Amino acid sequence: MKVSLGPILFFWPKQKVYDFYERMLETSVDTIYLGETVCSKRRELSTTEWLELAGRLADSGKEVVISSMALLMAESELSTLRSICEKSLVKVEANDISAVQILSEKKVPFVCGPSTNIYNARTLDLMHRKGAVRWVMPVELSGHCLKSILTKAEEMGFANKIETEVFSFGHLPLAYSARCFTARYLDLPKDNCKFSCIDYPEGIVVKSQEQQKLFNLNGIQTQSSDIYNLIAQKAEMLAMGVDMLRISPIEHGTENIIERFKSTGQDEQNMIPLSDEFCNGYWYAKPGMDSVLPKENLR
Amino acid sequence: MELVCPAGSLPALKAAVDNGASAVYVGFKDETNARHFSGLNFKEAKVQSALSYARDKGVKLFVAVNTYSQPDGWRKWQKAVDIAADVGVDALICADMGVLDYATHHHPSLNLHLSVQGSGTNSESLNFYKQNFNIKRAVLPRVLSLKQVAQVAKKSPVDLEVFAFGSLCIMAEGRCYLSSYLTDQSPNTCGACSPASFVRWKETDVGLESRLNDVLIDRYGEDEKAGYPTLCKGRFDIGGQVSNVLEEPTSLNTIGLLPDLDAIGIKAVKIEGRQRSPVYVEQVVKVWRQAIDDYERNPQGFQVRPQWSKALAKVSEGAQTTLGAYSRSWQ
Repeated sequence: MKVSLGPILFFWPKQKVYDFYERMLETSVDTIYLGETVCSKRRELSTTEWLELAGRLADSGKEVVISSMALLMAESELSTLRSICEKSLVKVEANDISAVQILSEKKVPFVCGPSTNIYNARTLDLMHRKGAVRWVMPVELSGHCLKSILTKAEEMGFANKIETEVFSFGHLPLAYSARCFTARYLDLPKDNCKFSCIDYPEGIVVKSQEQQKLFNLNGIQTQSSDIYNLIAQKAEMLAMGVDMLRISPIEHGTENIIERFKSTGQDEQNMIPLSDEFCNGYWYAKPGMDSVLPKENLR
Repeated sequence: MELVCPAGSLPALKAAVDNGASAVYVGFKDETNARHFSGLNFKEAKVQSALSYARDKGVKLFVAVNTYSQPDGWRKWQKAVDIAADVGVDALICADMGVLDYATHHHPSLNLHLSVQGSGTNSESLNFYKQNFNIKRAVLPRVLSLKQVAQVAKKSPVDLEVFAFGSLCIMAEGRCYLSSYLTDQSPNTCGACSPASFVRWKETDVGLESRLNDVLIDRYGEDEKAGYPTLCKGRFDIGGQVSNVLEEPTSLNTIGLLPDLDAIGIKAVKIEGRQRSPVYVEQVVKVWRQAIDDYERNPQGFQVRPQWSKALAKVSEGAQTTLGAYSRSWQ
């Protein structure tokens, strides 16, 4: 089963990004997604530099995909998107329907990212006909739902023509807003945000007034504070035909997570969750924040 | 400018029609629409009477089938589309591409609108929905500034409708899973945000607490007005500081922007609130009808009348209103 590295959702300094990907080349990760997907004001790397980096990483023999923005609100953001779709030498991950439109008009194969809202086989079939060669399930869908979609895709005869990828590790991207919550927290206007999310390499933790960890502020994106972790579901996913597991970069230890996901097999040892601050409720059609032990689900 | 008004029941629909709506939008009694609350919405037969009532007074009826169909429930969404088509509604408001695809193929003459839940925030995205499903109108998410709305309008292949008044989603609609993260139900999957079945209120020594699936959303002092625990409007803690981290309880009110929206080429303004009472519908629709009429009679001389703002503030969440994302400083 292939393991992919999702785009860095946080705003990291340029050198940190370069160093990170140098290290990732040393891992056994199969596919690397990269690019800015959250906020167009984050320009430590320019579009040209992202594209160059993608090209360089692709020379290593790993599959490389450039990820595009999820929320496009300004004409300038559309121009950047068009330029990525035009110039990229590697596949593009569409995270908004605007990218699907541009890429399908160009008749090039693409990946449908987790925010393209594919909730059923009919939508998946349409995306496939438009040129999608892989899709990432919306993070809020369950394993049961995924299985139903894939079974239906099988009946409709296109299941083997499109790969399935599941967001399997990391802070869950839960919401996008026009408002920058990092700037709001710092009492800065968005237009003068001072790019302050660069000071929070893994976001800002939001707790309830009872100190229960809830969310993670990452600029205009709100994430889960807990880490979603489906390592214990790898065998189940393999059985239902999932092709790829996505690891979303965290500040420290991403390499180790990749190797754990890559090597997990029948070894009972590896069924142990990677962290006690993990959640997996979505997989079981429960509240996303819930943690369900696999044992409890051996029904 | 068309005035599109909400109705969660027949009395609300009548209130909308009688007070000056150009169109009323409703949903069926299940999770196929984004206001899936108990006691709300229309059964098949009621949609027929709603349509008759509206048509008699020259008002249009739109039906929202604007949640995302999951495989096990596909037939429900299919049926909802079929009923709306058979009844002959003036427009079907959809978000899910699978549902839009079905409607386009099975009911080619059905007038399709892209729901706000479809997250169409730019012209390229709208091109996709136009080319593939022949949508006639799109409802823009409440994340765009006025300048951005103008940019989209300039290149949009379809008519545009924007939110004018009501509860304010601060997240891009169709792209928010905060509710399912805490409760297992989201607007996309179930048509519910912070569903009532998960809400608990409790008087404690430290104040009145509101909880959503046991997570503390807010705590109110004696002199504070408690609001529904919509989770993005709760008070949370960052590094020991408690505040409305995401948004205060407030309502969107764009009445002063009417001339701008018209100049940009917006074809319709939408009132939020199918979950609200017939009285809310009556009051809000009445004010907006007066405002649109005033504006159309004398565009240059348009002024917001103080009594409008007063009436609207009364029915607003937290009794305050904002221009939301339309004003750049809010962002």
